[in-house]
Amino acid sequence: MIRLLLLFRLFLVVESLNKHFLPKFAQVNNYTNIQILSTKIKVDEVEQFVADSSCGGVVSFVGIVRDSTDSKPVLQLDFESYEPMAIREMKKIAETVLEEFSVKKIAIHHRVGSLKIGEIAVAIAVSCPHRKDAFAACEYAIDTLKQTVPIWKKEIFQDGEVWVSAHP
Amino acid sequence: MDVKVVAYGIAKDIINGRELTMLVDDNSSIGDLKLQLLTLYPAFIDLASLSFAVEEEYQDDDYLLKNDQTVVIIPPVSGG
Repeated sequence: MIRLLLLFRLFLVVESLNKHFLPKFAQVNNYTNIQILSTKIKVDEVEQFVADSSCGGVVSFVGIVRDSTDSKPVLQLDFESYEPMAIREMKKIAETVLEEFSVKKIAIHHRVGSLKIGEIAVAIAVSCPHRKDAFAACEYAIDTLKQTVPIWKKEIFQDGEVWVSAHP
Repeated sequence: MDVKVVAYGIAKDIINGRELTMLVDDNSSIGDLKLQLLTLYPAFIDLASLSFAVEEEYQDDDYLLKNDQTVVIIPPVSGG
């Protein structure tokens, strides 16, 4: 019985450690939560971070690995990143969004490594007093991320591989 | 002088490795390094864009390089 209790206590300690564990590449303060993860993205964590009593709207975008490109079946996507710079560029996006879109909080989590179809590649959430700002801010954040953040994805097909957007 | 060139994404495939050391003239700019890379690896010409970063920031072609500096090749990004 005592052993069981001890085991349970250990479990609780491990759980609380997990809760506060941040990946190696992260930038977190009260208003921004930016992470590059090699483990599964949890959309609820992203949304919970931005929730705020002053905000009536949370908008989130979730980017998912699609099963095909130009009707060609995709087997998996491999993501790689220049992590320290990617964090810096995502931080710039967060700062712009906080300053110019009346956003209260923003979270951006991006996955790296090999992803299967249906897995989440990116999750962004923003909170605002009003919904229109939240929609605009979330769209700005994902559009800018795709243009400036040094992350690359390679599509793996049955008969080959292609670095996405590499060629015109 | 020497500069360390680090490559990601398709750039890694083009130079066939994560990094290489390049001998460039003193006072070379990123533009000079780019020309040298295009000559050595013509596959870079076919890319939709080719940017460079020093100290985790994008830098323009006229950015002057220092000896032993690390330059990161940023091919077209495709996150999200």
